[in-house]
Amino acid sequence: MTSTQNVRIPAEGAADGAVAAPSRWRSFGRTLGVVWSNGKARVGIVILALFVLVAVFAPLLAPYDPKDTSFERNLDANGAHWLGTTAAGEDVLSQLIFGAQISILVGLAAGVLSTLIAVAIGLSWGYLKGLSSEVVGFIVNLFLVIPGLPLMIVIAAYLQNGGILMIIAVIVVTGWAWGARVLRSQTQSLRSRDFVTAAQFSGERAPRIVFREILPNMTSLIVGSLFGAATAAILAEAGLEFLGLGDSSIVSWGTMLYWAQNSNALLTGQWALLFAPGLCIALLALSLTLINFGVDAVSNPRLREGKAKK
Amino acid sequence: MKYIAGKLGLFVLTLWAAVTLNFFLPRLMPGSPADAAIAKLSQNGPVTEATRAAIEAQLGVPDGSLWEQYVSYLRQVVTLDFGVSYTFYPQTVSSMVSTALPYTIILVGIVTIVAFILGTLIGVAAAWKRGTWLDALPTLGGSFMSTFPYFWTALLLLFFAGYVLHWFPTTGAYSATTTPAFTPAFIGDALLHAALPALTILVTSLGGWIIGMRNAMINTLGDDYVTFAEANGLRGGTVAVRYAARNAILPNLTGFGLALGGVVGGSILVEQVFGYPGIGYLLFNAVIGQDYPLMQALFLMITVSVLVANFLVDILYGALDPRTRR
Repeated sequence: MTSTQNVRIPAEGAADGAVAAPSRWRSFGRTLGVVWSNGKARVGIVILALFVLVAVFAPLLAPYDPKDTSFERNLDANGAHWLGTTAAGEDVLSQLIFGAQISILVGLAAGVLSTLIAVAIGLSWGYLKGLSSEVVGFIVNLFLVIPGLPLMIVIAAYLQNGGILMIIAVIVVTGWAWGARVLRSQTQSLRSRDFVTAAQFSGERAPRIVFREILPNMTSLIVGSLFGAATAAILAEAGLEFLGLGDSSIVSWGTMLYWAQNSNALLTGQWALLFAPGLCIALLALSLTLINFGVDAVSNPRLREGKAKK
Repeated sequence: MKYIAGKLGLFVLTLWAAVTLNFFLPRLMPGSPADAAIAKLSQNGPVTEATRAAIEAQLGVPDGSLWEQYVSYLRQVVTLDFGVSYTFYPQTVSSMVSTALPYTIILVGIVTIVAFILGTLIGVAAAWKRGTWLDALPTLGGSFMSTFPYFWTALLLLFFAGYVLHWFPTTGAYSATTTPAFTPAFIGDALLHAALPALTILVTSLGGWIIGMRNAMINTLGDDYVTFAEANGLRGGTVAVRYAARNAILPNLTGFGLALGGVVGGSILVEQVFGYPGIGYLLFNAVIGQDYPLMQALFLMITVSVLVANFLVDILYGALDPRTRR
């Protein structure tokens, strides 16, 4: 970057001779380009977009009402019911389509909320020094080592038959620590940079330095931990629903498998009913993981594709 | 030594915090689990005044100050006396937990170590052969498999290998016709029953190790000393294993301790699907039966096991990385 070739000549339009920083949208577009240039991430974006479209247009796409129990029970796949019917006589395909709504809602809500907590705690933790940093670190590590799913199960059991909001809350409470730790180490390495020192000398307050100066430099990490948290949330929600710990009357992929197991779909041999919801969970989680390959490449050029070392 | 002492201190502090969290969890929740619990217990026969008092003390019905409750709870934890189970009355919680514990520890312990070693080796190979099919296949396959929900992998394996092909038994840890003993017949039977749960955990957790090791390895491969070793004309395999992998494995090892919590959580779902009588299956039954003492004891047990495993990994890390001992 010290090479003179990179110095930009001010455009004629800039009257005072100052070089304008590249506009936010342009750098955003460039970042998006890096993500898109990664083959894995591109596949992930396409899959995610498909699921979002299915969730949004579920009422139009689903052939039947997902809670309509008027069909013949335990049907195998056929022309009228592409994936068969459940033991209660519901259309599996319609349930599958509506199930996308719950998974995407939980992934988005729990992912965003736990990332917000992770950003707030991770950044302040990384900027703080001394005893307060130790205390925060201890709490984060505690949440990190306590196994998440058992904790979720126990909380959900105490909260007796909560709905989807309870599940989101439980996932957020147990799921923010990982992101906080990742963001903290990056904050620590940024806080000794010159631009932070400059901001300190110019008298900026700590919250402003942390959230206005340091935060924008770790956008890709934050996005990465958002996708990571959303993936974990989708899997956790499905797990809790599968154990029957959520509201088992809603139509989600987890409850579909819960009812499938409880109605002995294993014995009746309805493989579509067992196969399809899990595959959707896996594909949705996979799409987020794949996008993260591209997001990782933004912050770590060594992971970018195309320049294989060997 | 100073490193170990520091880690030990942190471990004890974390242990205390986890135990305390387990104490406050039921007390923070709305409603009183004790009333529900007593109602449930009274179905099995009359509840004596002493039992009622014990349950109330355990579940946070105010009996004395919070501090007194806390002290008596700590005494219970130290003496491993968690009272009587509601759903499996009159068995004690401690005896049920100690029956279930070996199954989970053997199953999850062995599978996790196998998955870690296998995943690390594949990760090294993938990073070394970067850009070839040897990289693409494990990386893509691994990330796909690690997104499989544990219970779904379990259901599919159970369906195909258990119900359709009849290769493996479909439920339990051993056949009803055998009795637990150290005989070849029983051990073979137990292994056959553990095969599908083990395979499920292996399939689902392997991907994480592959990706973690691959990414750590790619980072070290870019370092100067690796280039230097190559320039010295060392054989490729030597450079990959003795130079790059040795350093790349350290961050992956820290991940080992933390991922263990995830695997233990996943094993709950797996055990539930296979009816495998370990800690997870017991926890599931405790939750369904609102068996609060059992639930509290199991959660404590799971947390403490994961904490101990993390502590051991920390010690191992100190032994492997001399920099931490300074």
